[in-house]
Amino acid sequence: MTLLKEYIVPRLIQWAIVIFIGVSLTFLIPRMSPINPIDQAMGRLTAFQTLSPEATLALRQSLMDLYGLEGNLLTQYLNFWGRVLRGDLGPSFSAFPTTVADMIGSGIWWTIGLLGLSTIIAWTLGLVLGGLAGYFPDRWWSKAVENTLVSIYPIPYYIVAFILLMLFTYYLPIFPLVGGSRGTASFSWSYIGSLVYYGFLPALSLVIGATAFRFIMSKALASTERSSDYVRFAEIAALPKRRIVFRYVIRNTMLPQVTDLALSLAAIFEGALITEVVFGYPGLGYLLLNAINASDYNMIMGITLLSIVGIATASLLVDLCYPLIDPRVRYR
Amino acid sequence: MLTTIRDLFRYNSAFRYGSLILVVVFILAGLSFFSPYAPEARRVVPRAAPPSLEHWFGTTSQGQDVFWMLTFAVRNTLIVAGLAVIIGRGIGVMIGMISGYLGGRWDRFLSGLVDSFIVIPRLPLLILIAAMLRGHMTLVALGVMIGLLDWAIPSKRYRSQVLSLREREFTNTAVFSGMRSVKVVVREHLPFLIPFLLADVVSGFLFAIGLEVTLSVLGLGDMNAQSLGTMIYWGNYYQSLLANRVWVLAAPIAAAVLIVVGFYLASVGLTAYLDPRTRLARLQAKG
Amino acid sequence: MAQPPILEARDLKAYYITEAFGVRRTVKAVDGVSLSIQPGEIYGIAGESGCGKSTLLKMLLGEFEPPLTPVEGTVAYDFGEGPSDALGMDEAEVASIRWSRVSYVPQGSMHVLNPVRRIGDTFHDFISTHRPMPRRQTNEMVKAYLAEFGLREGVLQSFPHQLSGGMRQRVTIALATILSPKLIFADEPTTALDVVVQRSVIQLLKRIQRDHGSTLVLITHDMGVQANLADRIAVLYAGKLVEEADTRTIFKAPRHPYTQHLIGSLPTLEDKVARQSLPGRPPALDDPPTGCRFHPRCPYAMDICKSVEPPLVTLEDGHRAACHLITDEADHAAHSRPALA
Repeated sequence: MTLLKEYIVPRLIQWAIVIFIGVSLTFLIPRMSPINPIDQAMGRLTAFQTLSPEATLALRQSLMDLYGLEGNLLTQYLNFWGRVLRGDLGPSFSAFPTTVADMIGSGIWWTIGLLGLSTIIAWTLGLVLGGLAGYFPDRWWSKAVENTLVSIYPIPYYIVAFILLMLFTYYLPIFPLVGGSRGTASFSWSYIGSLVYYGFLPALSLVIGATAFRFIMSKALASTERSSDYVRFAEIAALPKRRIVFRYVIRNTMLPQVTDLALSLAAIFEGALITEVVFGYPGLGYLLLNAINASDYNMIMGITLLSIVGIATASLLVDLCYPLIDPRVRYR
Repeated sequence: MLTTIRDLFRYNSAFRYGSLILVVVFILAGLSFFSPYAPEARRVVPRAAPPSLEHWFGTTSQGQDVFWMLTFAVRNTLIVAGLAVIIGRGIGVMIGMISGYLGGRWDRFLSGLVDSFIVIPRLPLLILIAAMLRGHMTLVALGVMIGLLDWAIPSKRYRSQVLSLREREFTNTAVFSGMRSVKVVVREHLPFLIPFLLADVVSGFLFAIGLEVTLSVLGLGDMNAQSLGTMIYWGNYYQSLLANRVWVLAAPIAAAVLIVVGFYLASVGLTAYLDPRTRLARLQAKG
Repeated sequence: MAQPPILEARDLKAYYITEAFGVRRTVKAVDGVSLSIQPGEIYGIAGESGCGKSTLLKMLLGEFEPPLTPVEGTVAYDFGEGPSDALGMDEAEVASIRWSRVSYVPQGSMHVLNPVRRIGDTFHDFISTHRPMPRRQTNEMVKAYLAEFGLREGVLQSFPHQLSGGMRQRVTIALATILSPKLIFADEPTTALDVVVQRSVIQLLKRIQRDHGSTLVLITHDMGVQANLADRIAVLYAGKLVEEADTRTIFKAPRHPYTQHLIGSLPTLEDKVARQSLPGRPPALDDPPTGCRFHPRCPYAMDICKSVEPPLVTLEDGHRAACHLITDEADHAAHSRPALA
């Protein structure tokens, strides 16, 4: 019960606050814009295709709600929330009349797959490499790994991805330039193989950046852990170094990094958006790029909302898993 | 201050290389004031020429000299990042200090707010704002925007610094001896916070430069001004890679890498210097 | 001296040598210590914090890493098979003598046990490293041993944070002694424990030493604990051994002014006046005072103390002390002895 009251409930409240702030910001930003997005959008739409008068009216109505330009501020705000809760984000301008929700639905699984897999790989890799480098700071290999990752760490995601793209699709054309898979979706080896083939470079660029970040933190924690009493005690008892590193050092440095993962999910997600843009990977980032190019505000807004809700929820889930690995929280 | 820099330069290779790189970067930015061409001028040099003695970094398909473009780009990117850092750290320091010093209900409220902001992905928000401002975007607006979104993590760090300072003995000594609290903060705490701020400013620069590049590459920056991001954007736009004019892209990419690595190395050296353990060893050796 | 000493240090010097931002610093934490410990005895090492106790312990254990460097002298173990060097052991040698022969009881603190590992797992880690055996067998062994300590079997399933401070320290002692080592180092085993628990820990250590016939080296600043446990006591000051004698002599007839103060600071039941504490602090060991290192705080300091370092001289019954006040006396004894013969 104390676990529920002192750990789970505060995090649920926090989650609700994040959603509230995120949705409110998304509501406010277009209202403060100097340009009238509705007129712009209507202009674009009617330039692209001819619409029946009813459709135009319905569209105008949904835009009014979404951009909150009807009624007083409170009604606008409540209408906006109503649409958000119903998951009705209106139509996409560039692919009218497909709804934003539908388009996001088709892109999101690519992003989740890419993001999920590379986050797990990068987190584990950074944790273990950082732990090893922190525990054995004087070995040549730990210095080599550290120097490499530390020089990669500050480079913006976009640049890392772009350099990889140049190297491996242009100068050494071993990977495809754009796309997410080949053939129709099925549980066949060739389809899954193509998923790996197309996803490799985007995932690699994410893994490189995220591993570097995780490594730096993990190494710092492991160097502190190295002089902790229980590690010293195990060393004096001449336990095998490998066991000390994994069961004593890394097992402990892991804990704060789970909490930290929850906090850094937003940054990793941003990296994924950019990676998809660079590699033309068919996820949310690619949708976002197209939306930007086509001034599809509805779509941009939809993706913004979804990413806030999605990241907040993912952070919540990571935090809720924390007690499973820390006995001090589990048994109080 | 000068001896500090000298010591760092002498004994810390990360700081040495980092600051050398930064000197090169700043010289590059300074050279923009001596550029023979206006930043937006086109068709002033032969088109699409590879690097040569005359045009060190080659020219673009639009007839621009890449080297001189780069000097403007570095300067503008540094201006955007500097603005973002000043605004972001300004807000961060303020909230962190209020939160840390007032404590109690205020602290809980502000900490909750800060924690919520950290979890919100900033890039989509920034893209939403930038998309709304499309065509009206200026370098200053870009810097302000990035700054307004990058204060949550710094303020969390300042808060914990302030909390640890408040617990120290000299704070109590100063308070008991009747020093006014504003004076305690300014006289006793600021000297500790300033070096910390310095290291934090660097991470702010890294973040802001990354965002500037990202937004401009998406076509959401000030597309009429030269910056590292817009150089890459226009390079891609005119298909430099496929047309084998790799120098057009290589110059801004290399410059971006150089700047961030320079800042980062300098901050690594600085952090090692500020590390309480080596700091203590140094102080004891002096006393 | 029927048996050879189980542990012997000769003229041991160990310094912390650091270099930060061009400033080189040498801290002479242990500076010329010689001592020899007999099998089966309880040997106490005493002194204020900062006197070099913990550094001496690290050297005696053979567990040191830069910046701590052995500069001169030797440390040797002898388990009845001839002396073996303790300072130059490689990893395999360390693994072969630790826990089965030489063991270590750390300071009683919160963090000696891995917070995320069950006690039983930690026991298995420690035992199986030195005596490979299946998990079931270590469990049986640990259960039997813990019962002697008055600890329930359920402890094995617990995490460290679920145990009380006293239980944790008993578990730690069990962990250190389960393989019946010949030589046990105990580093401030009672510090950070409350008085009642301290008493039970002292009794526990005494019992283990008696039952296993081990040698116990007890490092603590607490002269009360020393009086309760130790057979012989060495007093360290500023990296040097200033006095060594059996416990009775140290408490009844201390010769060095520093030892006299250490003993004088102990409260007794007859106390009517406030205890006097020694003014000043132990000197910084990167720049120790010249001559006798105690002279700035010594109430009896003479001119000679400021320039000449007093030698460690042997008085009657192996009582050793280093002070100019007794150097003459010892000289006298040395001169007069041939005359008597």
